Amino acid sequence: MLRTKSNIRYQIIINVIMMLVTLIMVAPLILLFISSVSSEKSLLVNGYSYIPKELSLDAYRYIFSNRQTIFRAYGITIIVTIIGTTCNVMLSAMMGYALSVKKLPFRNIINFYIFFTMLFSGGLVPSYLMWANTFHIKNTLLALILPNFLLSAMNVILVRTNYTTSIPEALYEAAKIDGASYLQIFTKVVFPMGKPILVTIGLFSGLTYWNDWTNGLYYINDPKLYSIQNLLNKMIQDVQALQANASAAGSGAAMQIPTVSVRMAIAFVAILPILIIYPFLQKYFAEGVALGAVKG
Amino acid sequence: MKTKKQKPRLTWTTFKGYIPLYLMLLPGLVYFFINNYIPMAGIIVAFKKYSKRKGIYGSDWCGLKNFEFLFKNDAALIIRNTLLYNIVFIILGMVVGVALAILITDVYSKRCKKLYQSAILLPFLVSIVVVSYIVFAFLSAENGMVNNGLLKALGLPAVQWYVEPKYWPFILTFVNLWKGCGYGTLIYIAGITGIDPAFYEAARLDGASRWKQVTNITLPCLVPSLITMTMLNIGHIFSSDFGLFYQVPQNSGALFSVTQTIDTYVYRALMSAGGIGRSAAAGFFQSIVGFILVMGANLIVRKISRENAMF
Repeated sequence: MLRTKSNIRYQIIINVIMMLVTLIMVAPLILLFISSVSSEKSLLVNGYSYIPKELSLDAYRYIFSNRQTIFRAYGITIIVTIIGTTCNVMLSAMMGYALSVKKLPFRNIINFYIFFTMLFSGGLVPSYLMWANTFHIKNTLLALILPNFLLSAMNVILVRTNYTTSIPEALYEAAKIDGASYLQIFTKVVFPMGKPILVTIGLFSGLTYWNDWTNGLYYINDPKLYSIQNLLNKMIQDVQALQANASAAGSGAAMQIPTVSVRMAIAFVAILPILIIYPFLQKYFAEGVALGAVKG
Repeated sequence: MKTKKQKPRLTWTTFKGYIPLYLMLLPGLVYFFINNYIPMAGIIVAFKKYSKRKGIYGSDWCGLKNFEFLFKNDAALIIRNTLLYNIVFIILGMVVGVALAILITDVYSKRCKKLYQSAILLPFLVSIVVVSYIVFAFLSAENGMVNNGLLKALGLPAVQWYVEPKYWPFILTFVNLWKGCGYGTLIYIAGITGIDPAFYEAARLDGASRWKQVTNITLPCLVPSLITMTMLNIGHIFSSDFGLFYQVPQNSGALFSVTQTIDTYVYRALMSAGGIGRSAAAGFFQSIVGFILVMGANLIVRKISRENAMF
């Protein structure tokens, strides 16, 4: 682009606008962090603020002294995310590979069977009744893993398309002449070659599990099995319930509530892993969005 | 002359070679059967008087009773809210997304470009529960930044945000835009990068202003992807983001008139005593209308640009 006066002026204007947009995007997250390191007193007296009167790490100290609940919830989120994402990626890879073999008999019927799940859904009620009353997953770890997120048709289709377009047919033929079975072709050739797409869908699957609070809301009421998101959800509900009952029950119960800064600290800790990996994996996130590897 | 390719006849020996592939498909197919197909059949629960003891299939039929109850009482409100919010979200999402995409692609510095792209997608990655905490930090009646910082400084009285319905259409729209606009922007950026640079060079030689280039080149070139995105969104116009409408207003009953959508209604009715009938009816309605809309939207997309259609 020419460095004319009007071009430079235009660059300045759009950069200023985009800086403002960037600020709007990031500022709320900064408030979350600052509230988590504000002292409880300054939060209660002056409210949430970007410039707190007093800083304090009490909230984080509290988290460490309450390992049983908070570390446990964090651990559950980590376990669920790892198991769920691994299953999702493995299942998507296996299905995507099998369906990328063009000669597979009944391939079209199977493709339709998978695709139809994207068009029509039974909705929450029958799904809830099935998981809760037929499979009895309520208050088990499975409730956080199985419903909805273990596998999505979109991921299978993305892997299938990727394998068919990026891995040349000749490669399959060559492998077959060498006497390799379909399973060997998958483990030795396709799986290692097609890793980027698996990273992309894995990233979004992981994000879905990490951020999910709905399965916990539907199926878990045992605090021992709360994920970090469910713990956060519960904490904000408890505050409301306690506030509603405060006049009736007196203020004795108020001592039990995690304080304002602690809640913000837990919320910040909950998004911390995402903030840490995001800069490194930004490319995959952007690619996933472009491909549509996002569920709902 | 073209010769028709004869499909080789399927014999046991050829079929045997594919068994490993079927075994690889099996776990996923079973999962889809359980997670998706069984609930599809279970949708008939909307026509039943559900009893836990008898299960979905054993429960007695009750005709359209559940629907009668739903449409006499709550249907108008939840359908109105779901549709209106979605219409606003679709329009604003498109306008803001396209505007940001144009601005970002015009930014000269590569490093700044990357920074902006990263920043706008960031809120998309944050869980809605955490978003509700952030909104609470701004709007809490006692400690919120808006009441304590902004309104107090301006000498205005504090607002009880979580009990005043009139503000929530704006709050929810803003939160939705903040969280979701990065997603659309990235898609439109991909669309703009795909436009042939020769168009812009020719326009520049003719002395077309930047604005003229946007209206005469960028926007017309984006039309197919705009229509596709809009149609896909219209296909989902009967579903709403449960987290946004349930979690962000913190399940506050005073706000139901403007925050109750089909999805929150289905959940709340399902969890309330004796609410399963109307919950199932609302869910059935949502599934069927959603299915029709998705099919219709796809039909239109296929007419406009074949490669963007889902099928």
